[in-house]
Amino acid sequence: MSVRWETEGLQTVGIVCLVIMFLKLMHLLGLIDITETDDSSDSDLELSTVRHQPEGLDQLQAQTKFTRKELQSLYRGFKNECPSGLVDEETFKSIYSQFFPQGDATTYAHFLFNAFDMDRNGSIRFEDFVIGLSVLLRGSVTEKLNWAFNLYDINKDGYITKEEMLAIMKSIYDMMGRYTYPCVRDEAPSEHVDKFFQKMDRNRDGVVTIEEFIETCQKDENIMNSMQLFENVI
Amino acid sequence: MAAGVATWLPFARAAAVGWLPLAKKTMPKPPVDNSSRSDEILYLNVSGVRFQTWKNTLDRYPDTLLGSSEKEFFFNEDTEEYFFDRDHEMFRHILNFYRTGKLHYPRHECIQAFDEELAFYGIVPEIIGDCCMEEYRDRKKENQERLAEDTEANESMDAPLPPDSTPRERLWRAFENPHTSTMALVFYYVTGFFIAVSVIANVVETVPCRPPEGRVKDLPCGEKYQLAFFCMDTACVLIFTFEYLMRLFAAPSRCKFMRSVMSVIDVVAIMPYYIGLVMPENEDVSGAFVTLRVFRVFRIFKFSRHSQGLRILGYTLKSCASELGFLLFSLTMAIIIFATVMFYAEKGTKGSTFTSIPASFWYTIVTMTTLGYGDMVPNTIAGKIFGSICSLSGVLVIALPVPVIVSNFSRIYHQNQRADKRRAQQKVRLARIRMAKKGTTNAFLQYKEDRGLRGRDSDSTALCVKNRSAFEHQHHHLLHCLEKTTNHEFTDEMTYSELCMTESVGFRTSRSTSLSSQQGAQNNPTGCCPRRARRRAAMRLANSTASVSRGSVQELDTLHIKTTSIPPQTRSSLNAQADNLKLNCGEQDFTAAIISIPTPPANTPDESLPPSPAPIPGILRNTRATAFTHETVKISSL
Repeated sequence: MSVRWETEGLQTVGIVCLVIMFLKLMHLLGLIDITETDDSSDSDLELSTVRHQPEGLDQLQAQTKFTRKELQSLYRGFKNECPSGLVDEETFKSIYSQFFPQGDATTYAHFLFNAFDMDRNGSIRFEDFVIGLSVLLRGSVTEKLNWAFNLYDINKDGYITKEEMLAIMKSIYDMMGRYTYPCVRDEAPSEHVDKFFQKMDRNRDGVVTIEEFIETCQKDENIMNSMQLFENVI
Repeated sequence: MAAGVATWLPFARAAAVGWLPLAKKTMPKPPVDNSSRSDEILYLNVSGVRFQTWKNTLDRYPDTLLGSSEKEFFFNEDTEEYFFDRDHEMFRHILNFYRTGKLHYPRHECIQAFDEELAFYGIVPEIIGDCCMEEYRDRKKENQERLAEDTEANESMDAPLPPDSTPRERLWRAFENPHTSTMALVFYYVTGFFIAVSVIANVVETVPCRPPEGRVKDLPCGEKYQLAFFCMDTACVLIFTFEYLMRLFAAPSRCKFMRSVMSVIDVVAIMPYYIGLVMPENEDVSGAFVTLRVFRVFRIFKFSRHSQGLRILGYTLKSCASELGFLLFSLTMAIIIFATVMFYAEKGTKGSTFTSIPASFWYTIVTMTTLGYGDMVPNTIAGKIFGSICSLSGVLVIALPVPVIVSNFSRIYHQNQRADKRRAQQKVRLARIRMAKKGTTNAFLQYKEDRGLRGRDSDSTALCVKNRSAFEHQHHHLLHCLEKTTNHEFTDEMTYSELCMTESVGFRTSRSTSLSSQQGAQNNPTGCCPRRARRRAAMRLANSTASVSRGSVQELDTLHIKTTSIPPQTRSSLNAQADNLKLNCGEQDFTAAIISIPTPPANTPDESLPPSPAPIPGILRNTRATAFTHETVKISSL
């Protein structure tokens, strides 16, 4: 009897060992993942972030309409936020969202980022920043309208389609958040877009070109009057 | 090139005169250096502390801020120095880097602050000298781990669900985080209970019970109440199977889920039952059946979902795997050695229990772990000597890896405690952030009211207008522009819920205004966006409530009306009444009138005014409409 129990016991031990080895094998083969938490491996320090130096003060003075002192103060603020000299999209989105606490400003920040990032390399340098600001604050009316057109034209093909405009409009309405009066209905952005297209699209071809845009805006007294709105921002 | 080399360059160039006689071709022209030769002292003012250094020192590293033309952005023409608004204590180290070529890391500084300074001055951290590099790396790794934990806790499961989550996602969240919903909590406790029941049943099954009639021997309870235990086992397995299938269904990545440890434990816990069902009850395979019964005890590991301590223990053991492996290996070596020695020492004795070397293994293990059962005892002197050496060395071998395991456990345990503390602090932090956001919104609403007050009654406005910084003014102007763009206004949560209630119910107004507003409400079947007809109701409302609210609870109604023609006299009447109102700057309670905003009253109508098509050109022209505004008229009625 004891022999039988002993053999059974040995059998049990043997089977347990087999199962454990099987699990280990599966883990080795990668079929099972026994590691639950990721152990931070002793990897080397990641390479320091890319650093960018801006062009000289004199060159920037020539390219923009800012004075030397203004450029200096702009750079100091810029450098404080982004010591590496480059703003990537995530940082830009988080900075911009802080100004609109009620809503979700990330989509609009994305469009804005693309409008500033002129060479489309995924980051804004100080030069892009300052040149964009120069156009917006000190540029002529045509230049400002050009910039706005560039903002709306998401794929930068020279035409604003209804879909692009709808995307921009939705992102603007997103920034308002939920708690608005009157409550933002779902059709509000598309109605707004329809009105916009009615006004802008002269030849009813479904797209707004830069000429139509500039022409319509120049005829609109309201828009022209408010172009000087942000002159003294800096 | 290193800094020191630059100093020797003129010497190397001068020594090139030695090549001149041997040269095959004529020498190239030397580069013309137009920059002024004379070295000058630069003044660097770092938050008040003036540093001076040669220009050449800074020029050694032209790809940093101080070495390049980037420092011109910080040049102050009035004082003829470079002004940096940074920490001057750390600037010392930065400047020393230029002077000596070696960057040192001050140990008492916070690693992140130091990193930020380096990033600002454009210095790459890899240049840190060997003397300080190790410390820097250690601190940096510690900081990164802490940040990783932070982000992990941030994107944690306590965050509220996105409103548009599928039932599957919600189910998964309920499983992963039981305290998010009561159903999940109930399920969590039920499964825990059943695990306990199952384990206890397994244990009690083997306890001997009083034998039934006609038998003499004691029977284990498992065989006496076989049916009862079988039913209990079935119930538990059913629950576990159901839970496993639910988890499998809800998992966002089924493959990953199936490979995780908990899933394996779940499978191992329920498989024996099903295999037992399938297998026939004959003698040949009963041995394997016994083994399967053993596996049922693995159900106790399912508790690790319920207990964090168990998880910590498991993780500790896993992370100390190398130490444990070393322990095991050295123990095995020692066991084999001592067992062999003891066997040969005791071989001659008659009746010795040391029948073979594997039999001596048992003695060695028991002795080395200082258990000392006494079932096997050496009799010869040599055996006793070797036995004592065995027990002494056992203590040493086992004591060695233990501190490593203990320190690992302590580190992981503290990490977990920190994570728990952080989760608790997170709630406070989120609440504070929400308050700050609400504060911004309230400040903005206040700003809108004050804008209306401006130009009204300057005395009272002076009392009310809080001291607001230029930044706040500009920020509020920005928010205002956004409002004009979309033709919607910002409100706060309370008002919004009020509005949405009134929107669904229709417009109930208080006091004598019900009739007029109801008329208006009936004309507008859709939404809370007011239409043309309600304007008239609003005017009547304005007239009536103005008289009512004088001196009493002040209601503020604000209406937005799309482009319409507005009888001019309304505005003047409004203006007249607005003047009479007592200005109240604090928060106000509001009743569920048509629309109320709990802010001081009297928002003047000269806010957003309709452009071209409005038939009230002179009065309602808005000089500040933004480019994208719609034709809107905002009239506040009181």
